[in-house]
Amino acid sequence: MADFMNNGLVRWFDRRLPILSWTNHHLIDYPAPRNLNYMWNFGSLAGIALVIQIVTGIVLAMHYTPHADMAFDSVERIMRDVDYGWLMRYAHANGASFFFIVVYLHVFRGLYYGSYKAPREVLWWIGLVILLTMMATAFMGYVLPWGQMSFWAATVITNLLSALPFVGEPLVEWVWGGFSVENPTLVRFYALHFLLPFVIVGLVGLHLWALHHTKSGNPLGIDATGPQDSIRFHPYYTIKDAFGAGMFLLVFAVFLFYAPNYLGHPDNYIPADPLKTPAHIVPEWYFLPFYAILRAIPSKLGGAVAMALSIGILFLLPWLDTSRVRSAAFRPVFRWFFWILVIDIIVLGFVGANPPEGAWIVIGQIATAWYFLHFLILLPLIGWFERPRPLPASIATAVLEGSGSASSGRGAR
Amino acid sequence: MKRILPVIGLLVFAVPAWAASPGVSPQQFSWSWEGIFGTYDREQVQRGLEVFTTQCHSCHSLKYIRFRDLVAIGLSEDEAEALAAGYEVPGDLDEWGDETTKPAELQHTFPGPYRNDTEARALNNGALPPDLSLMVKARVDGANYIASLLMDPDYNQSEPDDNGLYHNPYFAGGSIAMAPPLYEGLLVDAEGNDMAVDELARDITAFLAWAAEPKLEDRKRMGMKVVLFLLVLTGLYYVLKRKIWANVEH
Repeated sequence: MADFMNNGLVRWFDRRLPILSWTNHHLIDYPAPRNLNYMWNFGSLAGIALVIQIVTGIVLAMHYTPHADMAFDSVERIMRDVDYGWLMRYAHANGASFFFIVVYLHVFRGLYYGSYKAPREVLWWIGLVILLTMMATAFMGYVLPWGQMSFWAATVITNLLSALPFVGEPLVEWVWGGFSVENPTLVRFYALHFLLPFVIVGLVGLHLWALHHTKSGNPLGIDATGPQDSIRFHPYYTIKDAFGAGMFLLVFAVFLFYAPNYLGHPDNYIPADPLKTPAHIVPEWYFLPFYAILRAIPSKLGGAVAMALSIGILFLLPWLDTSRVRSAAFRPVFRWFFWILVIDIIVLGFVGANPPEGAWIVIGQIATAWYFLHFLILLPLIGWFERPRPLPASIATAVLEGSGSASSGRGAR
Repeated sequence: MKRILPVIGLLVFAVPAWAASPGVSPQQFSWSWEGIFGTYDREQVQRGLEVFTTQCHSCHSLKYIRFRDLVAIGLSEDEAEALAAGYEVPGDLDEWGDETTKPAELQHTFPGPYRNDTEARALNNGALPPDLSLMVKARVDGANYIASLLMDPDYNQSEPDDNGLYHNPYFAGGSIAMAPPLYEGLLVDAEGNDMAVDELARDITAFLAWAAEPKLEDRKRMGMKVVLFLLVLTGLYYVLKRKIWANVEH
């Protein structure tokens, strides 16, 4: 129990509303595994990124005009005439990229260490719902400056809905609020782009609730057996998260102040023109692998379904992965395929960035096939045939024998 | 930590979001505003302003730049005011409800050369001269692209083809509607010598780079403070982290 809880006034208040003991329980005395490595920093970093997006986003909302005729000009007004408007907009635009960077690393952490396995399936699902909500939010936010890429990305992606049988056409017109992407589309995207971050805040609350109910996993993937396996969250992980936040903000600041347009697309500095299609319509980098999967299937409906399934199958991961061992540190075969999957997804990113011509088509189709093969076929098979290395008796024994952090990726003896 | 950084690096640098640029890759120049301490060369940007007002502005608008913004590139307020006064902007309605014009003032943006896009196309062989305020940011490798396009020697000596287009290898598709705008002697330098096309092209590019990103110097100055602050803060966090964890096997 933290010292401040001995204060009489604090206790008087806490008996009436136990918010202080609750905070103490979840942020101070909360027992965390003693062997978490730096891959466990990305959850708190995602939280920081979310706060940056909401704070900068609200300031931008105060100066932005959601109208097809004025949106582009209002963004330039923010960049030129609003005090520190350039800072807010560049922080928001780059903040979206950095939010995805830390969330993707958080997800890959989960894939590597088997964070989706019992008893954390619901925690994993909530995380995936957060990811999907983030994607919707980012997509709609990218439309708001009403540049050429904004407009044409909105056109390409909303058009996917029209591939659905029977309901497709009426559905897409309902989403547009007209017969093409136009002002009503922009205004509703603005309304939803403002709303969804707060939905994400709620989902993050559920995510943390599930986390604190099942407790954190750890690089060894074994459950804590007693107090010797855990340490208090504060000060051990508060300081570690603070250090991680400093590193994150440093990299973020370098992009924000010295290469603010590096991750963007020049075409989005051209105002939207419904009569002029850009030579290559590409999404922001964080959607490129999914865009590659979309284009790998030579059918509009098939591509859209494959893209939806690429995240959809992750919901089934707790059962597709048949191994009872959580951490890849003890899974010699799985570990190889994990890294092949990482490379595969990066290849998909390159495919998504290039026009669908020549070799890129074939590479995209092979990489897409491998993505689904990995999850639907290889993962169940590896679990059955792989012989995992022996697990340590407890976190404490592994740690005291000097091999416990598994930060080398090879936690076993 | 050592294992995370390469992963971040890979994710960040592996996938530039744009596809290959159409047209020939531009020549690479060195610009005063590049690098972490880069600033605009005020004299160069002012010469570029002169290129803009004497030549580009007869066809291109610059709708996001206000006359007062020119103080940032070294004009005095009086000079900016005098430049503004040479342009006309819409005034109030007169007592009969008729539209009037008045001389532009500091708060006005550069008036466009045409009343509307339709007039612009009608007077330019069907092509619409784009607004130049954001041109440097709206093209891949924008500054090098604009300078390369404007100083290409073959383009500058070419005659229009049957469609009234000029060959320019840097322009997407290879044919541009704009007649070569720069020529030796368009302007004279401080010593009274004719300026070469290459100099004019570099100067107008510098002006347009400033027009596209007028807050660049503020941004880099603030970046230096923020990065130094974060380095110290993160260093302290690291030391503290080492100290707190010193007695914990992990």
